Amino acid sequence: MEHPETGHSPMEQFIIEPLISINLAGYDISYTNSALFMTFAVAATALLFWGATRQRTMVPGRLQATAELLYEFVANMVKENTGTEGMRYFPFVFTLFMFILFGNVLGLMPYAFTFTSHIIVTAAMAVFIFLAVTIIGFARHGLHFFSLFVPPGAPLGIAIVLAPLELFSYLIRPVSMSLRLFANMLAGHVLLKVLAGFVISLGVVYGVVPFLAVFAVTLLEIMVALIQAYVFALLTCIYLNDAIHLH
Amino acid sequence: MPQFDPSSFASQLFWLAVMFVALYWIVAKIAIPRIGEVLDQRARVIQDDLDRATQLKAETDQAIATYEKAMAAARAQAFDHMRTIQAELKTVADARTAEVSNAVNRQINEAEARIGEAKKKALESIKNVAADTARDVVAKLAGLSPDAGAVDNAVAAALKDAH
Repeated sequence: MEHPETGHSPMEQFIIEPLISINLAGYDISYTNSALFMTFAVAATALLFWGATRQRTMVPGRLQATAELLYEFVANMVKENTGTEGMRYFPFVFTLFMFILFGNVLGLMPYAFTFTSHIIVTAAMAVFIFLAVTIIGFARHGLHFFSLFVPPGAPLGIAIVLAPLELFSYLIRPVSMSLRLFANMLAGHVLLKVLAGFVISLGVVYGVVPFLAVFAVTLLEIMVALIQAYVFALLTCIYLNDAIHLH
Repeated sequence: MPQFDPSSFASQLFWLAVMFVALYWIVAKIAIPRIGEVLDQRARVIQDDLDRATQLKAETDQAIATYEKAMAAARAQAFDHMRTIQAELKTVADARTAEVSNAVNRQINEAEARIGEAKKKALESIKNVAADTARDVVAKLAGLSPDAGAVDNAVAAALKDAH
């Protein structure tokens, strides 16, 4: 996928570059550009909440209002989808939301790296959620958890047919969840890079057209970044609800 | 695609775990308690204000009720007073009316008595005039001098007929 004019591939932005080489027990766990942007996401979240909760006024300032908005947004999402019992997982969902949100948004900056555009990261998060939800489900309901795969109110004949499908859709959850985030981030960044490449290759006059397209797609990608963070957190809530309440 | 290069997987997974745990600690131990505290505090203040407003409203309602009760009592008392005074005035007025009408009646009776007296006197004098006239007429026409007693009797009989 070499670009003819610039020689840059749109995939180049996804290359993992070690910044500090670390080797632990035979594993290469170098501090990379991906780890750096994870650090930025953590730092940005920490800074936001630190700044927002420094004064803790009755009438919130801008930063505090932002933090409260995020808090209540996620808290309501957890409460509405999993009920009050699900609120004990609120810190996890809130962390997940903020981590993905800042990972996506910071990745949109020029020269930035988007760690959510790597399938291994999204898959790790999705598999962790899948395993956690399954463990919570068995811990709460024991073998009764299998009733999740039997559609409620279905006659026996239909239930026998539907149960494998339900089981399959349950097992496929981490795949769809990780692919959704990964593919959205990947496609958006590739598209931006390709369009930006056209700006260079078409020159100042005709380059205006792809430039405007880059502008529009950037707005779209900001929206996608927010929506995908929301979707990931929302699906986590829905899966948690299944584990807590079965149906 | 760099995404499918397994050589970076260990590093990515390791730092993902480290950073996610770090962020979880920050969110769970610092951000959520602090923001939750602010929200709780605000909710409590608002609830307190609402409670106080409700309490003040109840007090106001009570004050209004007390006022209205006092007002109604005062009005009732005023009516009582008015009725008592009216009754007193009526008694006085009745007494005065009776007194005056008694006086008037007495005067009327006196006046009637006086009129009766005057009438009797007038009738007496008419009898004398009639007797004198009758005697003069008899003397002039018949040249007789009638007995005074007979003339008086005749006049009295005539007057009796006229009545």
